[in-house]
Amino acid sequence: MSREAAIAFRHVAKYYPLQNLALAGFKHALLHLPSHLAALWRGERYCALNDVSFEVARGECFGIIGRNGSGKSTTLGLAAGVLKADGGEVEVRGHVSPLLELGAGFHPDLSGRENIILNGVLLGMTRRQVMARVEEIIAFSELGEFIKRPLRTYSSGMIARLGFSVVVHLDPEILLIDEVLAVGDIAFQQKCLAKMESFHSGGTTMVFVSHDLSAVSRICDRVALLQSGRLLAEGPPGQVIGEYTKRIAGG
Amino acid sequence: MRRSDFEYWRDLVWVLLIKEIRLRYKNTLLGYVWSVLNPLAFAAVFFVVFKVFVRVEMENYLLFLICGLFPWQWFQNSMVAANHHFLGNSTLIKKVSFPRQFLVLAGVLNEVFHFAASLPVIVAFLLYYGLAPSWQWIFEIPLMVLLQFAFSYGLALTVATCNLFFRDLERLVGIFTMLWLYLTPVLYSVDMIPARYHWCLYINPMAMLIENWRGVLMRGELAAVPCLVTAGYGLLALWLGQSVYRAKERRFAEIV
Repeated sequence: MSREAAIAFRHVAKYYPLQNLALAGFKHALLHLPSHLAALWRGERYCALNDVSFEVARGECFGIIGRNGSGKSTTLGLAAGVLKADGGEVEVRGHVSPLLELGAGFHPDLSGRENIILNGVLLGMTRRQVMARVEEIIAFSELGEFIKRPLRTYSSGMIARLGFSVVVHLDPEILLIDEVLAVGDIAFQQKCLAKMESFHSGGTTMVFVSHDLSAVSRICDRVALLQSGRLLAEGPPGQVIGEYTKRIAGG
Repeated sequence: MRRSDFEYWRDLVWVLLIKEIRLRYKNTLLGYVWSVLNPLAFAAVFFVVFKVFVRVEMENYLLFLICGLFPWQWFQNSMVAANHHFLGNSTLIKKVSFPRQFLVLAGVLNEVFHFAASLPVIVAFLLYYGLAPSWQWIFEIPLMVLLQFAFSYGLALTVATCNLFFRDLERLVGIFTMLWLYLTPVLYSVDMIPARYHWCLYINPMAMLIENWRGVLMRGELAAVPCLVTAGYGLLALWLGQSVYRAKERRFAEIV
């Protein structure tokens, strides 16, 4: 790992088992025992990432693009420490704040305020740290009176706003962002992008996964293109996005 | 962001526990009553069946049932709830890296909280039967809670982990805990078991525990040998839970 790298992937491989005997349940397992055993014997598995190597420098914004199922989310999962690599090495220096699927860990029956505290602690803050920021988070979310109501009364855009507000107040060292701009209205998307740009200029390391190519080219310093679990291209946004659109056009 | 691990872990368990407790009382009309009503209803039915119909010879049989059923209910609820501690938090497990066993810890502590909240009901029945709480409860009850907590937590961690990989477990746990209730001296006393079967009590961790709970609650007596046996089973359960959890934790996010 070079001195300045915040995230380093070295020849990383990740497999998911294709057959799972136990998950299928008793009946299915018994009925399909021969095929299950054969699959186990052959060691059939799905390769989500294969020999992927890249480094993200401290303070850099690194974009990952690619089609559905190309391994983008698996890459983020590995960087977040939620998944473990089956081959190679993943090294992460600094505290990771995952901005994945806004509102993961929120509970519908708790109020907005209760969810802020729960989510803040789950994402790595102590209660004292969350309490000190709770008013700031509520103000940023622009939820007003709704903050006292249970989350199930919120629209999906409001949940996304609350989730984003919690994460951006974590003082993240490394921010992982997965498709957050897909939800919320234009005003909220602009606010997210502006916040991400301010993080960027403030020296936060970011990994940004998105299908919104204009957002990727706007905030990323470097972009990687994944296809079927392999790293196809890596470089300046214009060049890699050009490569990607050419491939899609070419089928 | 730097944090002291202890402070963070304490806060993590705290917010998860508060969430569990809040959720139990929100959206239910009867709230607290539910956690007491269940064992009381069972006690009433067993009383009618065994005292009125079968005519079991025992003094204060209703009190006897209640002192056994309340701790049993805590254990059974912990086991049944354990199925969902990991499975029910799948979005969290997939997205955020944090010590996942704290989900189970908070779940079992939630049941401890409800057991503690039901103690006044037991006291009310004691007083009704002309008995009184013993001053020795001050150290006896915390010790018993600790013993049962160790055993429940170890087993709950095992169940929560295994249920991710083997989802039939949920049904099995439901059936098994029900059968276990009948094999444990909850509805009957230890002296009703023929002497040649007394060895069975030693291979049933809950038998010693329930017998001791009854001694503590009804007479303020805590027997040493059952305590040691229970402590042994508690350590065994903790060891089992930790080893199963550690072996499988790295696969959690893929499987939920």
